[in-house]
Amino acid sequence: MSGGAELRVKIAEIEPVATDVRRFRFVAADGGALPLFSGGAHVVVGMEAGDRRIRNAYSLMGSPFDESSYQVSVLKTRDSRGGSVFLHERVAVGDTLVISHPVNLFPVDRRARKHLFIAGGIGITPFLAMAEQLSEEGARFELHYAMRARDCGAYAEEAARLYGGRVHLYCSAEGRRLPVDALLANQPLGTHLYVCGPERMIEGVIGAARDAGWPEENLHAERFQAPPAGEPFRARLARSGISIDVGPHQSLLEALEAAGIDAPYLCRGGACGQCETAIVSCDGTLVHNDHYLTPEERAGAAKIMTCVSRLAGRELVLDL
Amino acid sequence: MLVAGIKSRPQYPGLVLDPKARLHLIAAEGEGALAVLALAAAGGPDFPAKTVVYYTPGGSAGAGHVGSLEALGLDALHVTPTVPTLLTRLDVHLATATMGTRLYTAGAEGFLGQVVQLGERHGIDHLSIRTEHCGSLARRVQCVHCKGITENVTTSIVPCAHCGLSLLVRDHYSRRLAAFMGVCVDAEAPGEVPAAEEIFR
Ligand code: FES
Repeated sequence: MSGGAELRVKIAEIEPVATDVRRFRFVAADGGALPLFSGGAHVVVGMEAGDRRIRNAYSLMGSPFDESSYQVSVLKTRDSRGGSVFLHERVAVGDTLVISHPVNLFPVDRRARKHLFIAGGIGITPFLAMAEQLSEEGARFELHYAMRARDCGAYAEEAARLYGGRVHLYCSAEGRRLPVDALLANQPLGTHLYVCGPERMIEGVIGAARDAGWPEENLHAERFQAPPAGEPFRARLARSGISIDVGPHQSLLEALEAAGIDAPYLCRGGACGQCETAIVSCDGTLVHNDHYLTPEERAGAAKIMTCVSRLAGRELVLDL
Repeated sequence: MLVAGIKSRPQYPGLVLDPKARLHLIAAEGEGALAVLALAAAGGPDFPAKTVVYYTPGGSAGAGHVGSLEALGLDALHVTPTVPTLLTRLDVHLATATMGTRLYTAGAEGFLGQVVQLGERHGIDHLSIRTEHCGSLARRVQCVHCKGITENVTTSIVPCAHCGLSLLVRDHYSRRLAAFMGVCVDAEAPGEVPAAEEIFR
């Protein structure tokens, strides 16, 4: 598949860890070692849900030094796509799944003097692997973790136990909010900021850092955006002469894959740029949901990121 | 023979104010003072209060700029006699600086390279440092044979200040060393040294 080589894994453990959050542990189906990864990496998990093939990206949260298993956490969301519901309700220990090799679009910058991690909700997961890696290497980091309520804060206690004073918890149900401005005001030169969580939180924290004079080079965010739903439309592939229908809850990339097309992708979240596809023409308005194209590229209407973006209109003709 | 268009050749896009910076920290040498004056003219009324300048009249004959810099009424202006003393003081400043500090540097190329090198040692990405090349084109050259650095090189060929080999100065640049590469020009035929040309004036 175009996301890279696949790995067959067996589910070795499923454990509830917080409200609507389950931790899955995967081992290689052939019993061998899994490829090593670095903190911040994710895998794309493939799911056969009836006639649909769903692929969702999940951050690896276990130790990067452990090649015997991978761990991911899945928050059950009420979105219409069904990936998280599938993993919560339709799989059991012993089942096999096909996942991608680990890909890291959210690595730690090793030139940093200090790493400042800000997590919101399930956005904690990449930081667990990053913290493990940095603490092993003796690098300096702080983890600030905001959650709605204690029972939603997966791994909060575990992180506090492992990393002690480097972990700071903020629970909005208890009236403690993340003091973003104060946090950003006094960091030593050479600090890098990493944010993972809901879109609004990422925008807020990155915006506050820019306002506090932090250079772009020091700002890092991980967005796992599910492809937003929309109106159905038709995609015509100019080179192969195929027409496909994209359903309201299907992404353009998923529709291409369902039609048997080996379309490129990596993050499936609008961040990496791998799925960029040239547009021949379009009858309708492009809905760009990615974080990759520049405003000029969007205005040019010549490219679309198939993993998250779509058309509000009748037909989109792609150079495929 | 210089090999032009090499990717490692640094670019110096010029000093542009970062209006969101909490502190403008500027290291300038020689004619680089003119870039500081231009930046101050473009900066808002809060520019002087938010700005600290380290300045050395330095090797590229910046004459009479100290008075103009003093007249800006900056939060602090530190004038040092040489580039090494400036770098030592800047190093101390960077050691306790906080995020929100924007580093700028202006002057001859060898000076810019050393400030960027120092900034990187304090965890600043080189792309975050705003640079402007002013004054002489003189280069800092590392002899690839003895590893010694020769400062203020204006000619290729140049004798290495450490081992004496005749060096051809190439466009290959090392950010880690903050120096261009000098290679022995007569290794194949000892004694056949082309005439030195003054090309980095
Ligand atoms: S797959 Fe990464 S942007 Fe679409």
